[in-house]
Amino acid sequence: MKKYASAPAYPYVIWMLIFIIVPLLLVVWYGLFKVENGNIQFTLEYFARFFEPVYIQVFIRSILLAVISTAICLLIGYPLAYILAGSTFKNKSVLLFLAIVPMWMNFLLRTYAWLTILEKNGIFNQVLRFLNLPDQNLLYTPYAVILGMVYNYLPFMIIPIYNALEKMDHSLVEAAADLGANKRKVFRKIIFPLSLPGVVSGITMTFMPAVTTFVISKLLGGGQSTLIGDVIENQFKVSNDWNFGSALSLVLMIIILLSMRIMTKYEEENAGGGLL
Amino acid sequence: MKKFFALLLVLTLTFSICACSGSTTPTADKPLAGTTLKVFNWGEYIDEDVISMFEEETGITVVYDTFETNEDMYTKIKASGDNSYDVCFPSDYMIKRMIDEDMLAEIDFSNVPNYKYIDQKYLKQVFDPEDKFSVPYMWGTVGLVVNTDLVAEKIDSWQVLWDPKYEKQILGLDSERDAVGLTLKALGYSLNSRDEAELEEAKQALIKQKPNILAYVGDQVKDKMINEEAAIAMLWSGDGIALKMEDPKFEYVIPKEGSNFWIDSVVILKNTQNKAGAEAFINFLCRPDIALKNVEYICYATPNTAAYEQLPDEIKNDKTAYPGEDVLSKCEIFENLADSDILQTYSKIWTEVLSQ
Repeated sequence: MKKYASAPAYPYVIWMLIFIIVPLLLVVWYGLFKVENGNIQFTLEYFARFFEPVYIQVFIRSILLAVISTAICLLIGYPLAYILAGSTFKNKSVLLFLAIVPMWMNFLLRTYAWLTILEKNGIFNQVLRFLNLPDQNLLYTPYAVILGMVYNYLPFMIIPIYNALEKMDHSLVEAAADLGANKRKVFRKIIFPLSLPGVVSGITMTFMPAVTTFVISKLLGGGQSTLIGDVIENQFKVSNDWNFGSALSLVLMIIILLSMRIMTKYEEENAGGGLL
Repeated sequence: MKKFFALLLVLTLTFSICACSGSTTPTADKPLAGTTLKVFNWGEYIDEDVISMFEEETGITVVYDTFETNEDMYTKIKASGDNSYDVCFPSDYMIKRMIDEDMLAEIDFSNVPNYKYIDQKYLKQVFDPEDKFSVPYMWGTVGLVVNTDLVAEKIDSWQVLWDPKYEKQILGLDSERDAVGLTLKALGYSLNSRDEAELEEAKQALIKQKPNILAYVGDQVKDKMINEEAAIAMLWSGDGIALKMEDPKFEYVIPKEGSNFWIDSVVILKNTQNKAGAEAFINFLCRPDIALKNVEYICYATPNTAAYEQLPDEIKNDKTAYPGEDVLSKCEIFENLADSDILQTYSKIWTEVLSQ
């Protein structure tokens, strides 16, 4: 850190120490050490418990649901960001604003709203009945959980991609077109590669909260699609097994770190800007 | 004119200072005036008028917070240390755990004369055998609430939860202790079982039950039942009786195999800054008119004999609200299991059931 920059950074350094470093050390402490008869001992027994089939199964489900919802976010979010960025509509900030507005409402409230939409006698089924279509059992299924994730995290995908597309140098697109590339080729060779940094941070920003969530799966999954976040929450709140809960959190952190590492590596190879 | 306003202002200020000091200095009839009492209770578990009445009568300022589960309460008190709360309302097994961990203060019963109204039936329980630390506040059971519009047959057993007729029609409780414990009860075992084989059997039964379960929920049960999202739900007696009062199509049943019988008590935390105030508060809660006010608001069952006597006959004689000895003898209190590793087994079973 350069000297002139250090003084204004102190508040954040202190903030980081208190709210990030110390809690992280506590998690490591609970996950890796145990106190027996006054002796502090290094132990891997909490980690070993993670490898029991039931927890592996929950873990795989968490990652699967998070991957699916991130993919859906990308499929919906990219075209939307592309349209927004390329839009000649003079009030395109209004469009972006509309995409972000749901985030201003409380997260829990938004998820509760889905409860009343999806439940058996909810709005969705009433519309189906009005159209003489058979009822659908949507609430308390993994689909409802995915829907909740996509709905809640979509803005996190749109914004970074939109920003990347906005900042792109349009003369490159014009040059490519001048040199005879058709629209599809321009997109494939110029626009998409240039937007990759946005895509990468969009993926990270949707995948991370999706893989760790416990509220969405609890409310929309009705305890039927337990995710790793629920298991961790339970260790702290009900079983009072802080050691195992910390070990699970550590495993989760390692997986997220690894996946982010792979993502950034991929990005560097493609000569994009750095996220990490 | 300006002077008049200035005078008015001065007068108002003087009066407000007097008014404040009137309630903050201890007097002969309000010896604890000016002190604060921090109370930690379940959500919707007191008639809030009672708090302002207490403040008015004693001059004590009450800081009132609520929690959702025993475990939440325990974790919060543990985490906030010395200066968390003065009074809280744990359930049976949690009281035992708090006594074991030296978190509670012995109550000086000479300051709680209204204690005499508490029915002997609810004293000398396993969690506090000498009644040193806790005063029963409410009690109740866990059972099934049935929407009789949707369920034609008469329900009297936990077995209905496994009846394939009710596919996706049942709401379970999202609480591992209740879910596992009551399944043990349905299988004819103790709900405090520490036997691995019995617990394994309970796990298999819960997994077998899953096709019938619409969801495992917490505080949304009442709303879901009113909206007819499900036909049968597992829940606590007070909620069951509240539903029944809202609409007579609901019935609350304590299954014949027996169930969980629980007591929520008032306790004083060891690190209290205002023990006298806490005892005054407990005494106030035991006063018949206050206990009556609370039980009418909460709908659970009161252990206060004088308050019970004043209840309307239809509630007093309601066997689901105040089950007789024949039913209660089959019900068990949850014991504290936190003293062993068995809670880990409960937690693992629950995770396995949920992740099926």
